[in-house]
Amino acid sequence: MLRACVRGANSTLRKNYGRTPLNGLQPCRHYTAGESGGGAAKVVTAGLMTVTGGIAGTILYAKWDHKFRETVEKNVPYSDRLLGLALGPAPQETGLSVKKQIELAQPPSMMEKAMKVSKAKQEKKVKETTESPIEVAKPVQPAQSLEEASTEVTHIISAISDVPSVPAPCDTEMTPVKEECKECHNHKVTAETAAVSTEIESVAAAEPLKERPVEEVTARLAQQDLDEQEIVASVSGNLDDSLASSAKATLQAIGAQEAALQAIALHTQKLKEAMEAEVPPQEKSTQWKDLEACLANRAAAVNDAGTALLKANEALDNLKSVIDKSKGRNVPAVRPLVLAAEENLHKMVVDLDKVVNKVKSAESEAKVVSQYSELVNEAKLQFQREVSSLTPEIQANWKGLTGKLSTDDLNALIAHAHRRIDQLNRELAEQRVREQIHIDAALEQQKLEYLKSQEAAVNTSLQHIKEDARLEQERKLSELREVMEAEMRTQLRRQAAAHTDHVQDVLKVQEQELKAEAEQVLSSKLLEQETRQRQLSQEQLDNFTLDMNTAYARLKGVEEAIDSHVVAEEEARKAHQLWLSVEALNYTLKTAEAGSPTKPLEVAAQAVRDSCHDNEFALALASALPEESLQRGVYSEASLRARFYGLRSLVRRVALIDESHNSLYQYFLSYLQSALLFEAKQEAPPTQLSGEDLDPFKLLSYASYCLEHGDLELAAKLVNQLTGEARRVAEDWLNEARLTLETRQVVSLLSAYANAVGLGTTQAP
Amino acid sequence: MSEKELGQKWDRCLADGVIKLGTGLGLGIVFSVVFFKRRTWPITLGSGMGLGMAYANCQTDLRLHYLVPKKQWLIHSNHI
Repeated sequence: MLRACVRGANSTLRKNYGRTPLNGLQPCRHYTAGESGGGAAKVVTAGLMTVTGGIAGTILYAKWDHKFRETVEKNVPYSDRLLGLALGPAPQETGLSVKKQIELAQPPSMMEKAMKVSKAKQEKKVKETTESPIEVAKPVQPAQSLEEASTEVTHIISAISDVPSVPAPCDTEMTPVKEECKECHNHKVTAETAAVSTEIESVAAAEPLKERPVEEVTARLAQQDLDEQEIVASVSGNLDDSLASSAKATLQAIGAQEAALQAIALHTQKLKEAMEAEVPPQEKSTQWKDLEACLANRAAAVNDAGTALLKANEALDNLKSVIDKSKGRNVPAVRPLVLAAEENLHKMVVDLDKVVNKVKSAESEAKVVSQYSELVNEAKLQFQREVSSLTPEIQANWKGLTGKLSTDDLNALIAHAHRRIDQLNRELAEQRVREQIHIDAALEQQKLEYLKSQEAAVNTSLQHIKEDARLEQERKLSELREVMEAEMRTQLRRQAAAHTDHVQDVLKVQEQELKAEAEQVLSSKLLEQETRQRQLSQEQLDNFTLDMNTAYARLKGVEEAIDSHVVAEEEARKAHQLWLSVEALNYTLKTAEAGSPTKPLEVAAQAVRDSCHDNEFALALASALPEESLQRGVYSEASLRARFYGLRSLVRRVALIDESHNSLYQYFLSYLQSALLFEAKQEAPPTQLSGEDLDPFKLLSYASYCLEHGDLELAAKLVNQLTGEARRVAEDWLNEARLTLETRQVVSLLSAYANAVGLGTTQAP
Repeated sequence: MSEKELGQKWDRCLADGVIKLGTGLGLGIVFSVVFFKRRTWPITLGSGMGLGMAYANCQTDLRLHYLVPKKQWLIHSNHI
């Protein structure tokens, strides 16, 4: 395009000025003088303008079309710098560009994508929560992750600045999910607790329903029985002890009370006798002494009775407490004992009360009698005092002093007696008057006392009756309980019988099963044993055959060794022959004369082929000899070397000529170069050829060095690196060198092979 | 022998050059004498033409190996 513009400009110039622009720089001698100096300036300005116009046009087009810009940058060397200066850096793929419309199109799409992703996440999690309301962690985690997702989404959305953030749909979705989650959580919690409670209940219910094993049951029952027996024994022991003690005590008490009663009765009787009976005075003192003794007796008896009563009461209380305790034990076998003990207690209490009542009545009588006796004594004393006051000299025992008394004393005494009689008569009359009142009062008192005693008696009898009723009730209860127990026992026995039947059936079934199992196990074990047996026998057989095989193989080996010996000797002979023929071939190679090739190798090669007609490797090698060498022979190294020097000068002369540079002028230049350029005659070639070593002159010096040192192969390789005309010129020499090398290589291989075979077949002594 | 080829080519070149030059010169002289009133320019023209033709022939001869005929080139390109 630039060229087109330039051509256009030139044509316009030509049109305008009618001369070739190529000569524009020449001084314009041949043209009109008018436009001499301005013409050049105009041309220059026009040229500059076109150039700038072209550049501006390319820049604008590059700004519009990026591919054009890239092609320009690729093709024109420093245009990328210029275009970068003018337009800014080349556009890249992601959103760092200046074109904002494209950028704005992207964020809405990204936001939509983010929304979709978050929605999908939430939906998935909602599904999860609805599907699995029972699991604990999930309701909590989705809520948390949902929160996280929504925050992430809002972050993403708000990061894209031009678009307003839209968190609303996320939030509204979140809250129902949260509630759902909470509900789920609650449901789950209640379900859990319900499950747990039901579990507990079921467990609790299951435990008593669980059938305990028989031994345990019997053990427990036995244990229970033992315990019961122990308790019963202990209780009975206690009860017996306490009963015995209380019985003893009560008997003692009763005895004591009876003794007391008797003593009291005796005493009162004696007292009465003493009061009323007119006994001669000598016996009176004995009587009074007896009376005192009786009184002492009575007192002692009463004391004894009191203490005995206390003891008995204590014992009875003890017994009661024991009975209560044993009642509290709540063991059925104890009840009859308890009942009996209670009855005994009651009886004893009743007896004791009766006796106590008797004693009390006796005591009250005795009291009356003693009061009477006291009164009498008092009266007597008073009388005595009066008498003594009247007649101080008379002794107390006035009944015995009948003869000693004077008439005055007697008169005084009689007067006193009369006075006393009057007084007593008056008192009597008074007494008679007050008799009724006294009697009423006494009656009243008696009534009251009687009422009291009646009440007391009623109470005690009520208590006794109550006690009796209670005891009767308890007896009846115990009887009923016994009956019930007997019935329950029969039922249990029936159940036990049923259970044993069931157990028997189950046992039978189990027996069958176990039998079958055992038989199976037995059969499998038998099978195992059989297979093992077979395996062992097979192993033995195998071992035997193995031994036989090894022996046979060894025999075979020995035979083969002998055969191979024969073969080896044959081989050795053949190898010798081969070696001889190869040596002959080698000799023919040396028959080359200077300048002319060797004799043709056909004959020797044929000999080699004959001596190795069954050896493929040697045959292959023998046939690998090039045809030329067989027919015509090969040149020796010396002749090649000589030829090389002639070649070298020629190659130097055509060093510059190749496909593109091959005009006569190039030939001339090449000749000039060869005349003027001097290189080393011989130079040691490096181990690796670099680019600058491929210069023909260098190569020639390397090659000549190699040839001088006898390395035809390397020289040929180096010469092979020549290109162009030089190569063409050296082609023939190269071919000859190749032939020689080939032949020599084959021959050397053959000789090496023959040597190796010979070495292989010869045996050391 | 490929090294002798170049020498042969040069020999041919020279021979050809001499002949052509000579012929051109001769023809030039003839034409100058006969048609152009003994002017110099036909002689120079003739010798120049002869020399030029010789040069061209020599160049072509030397280049011959590298100038592949069209048919062969087409076949070669088809093979590729």
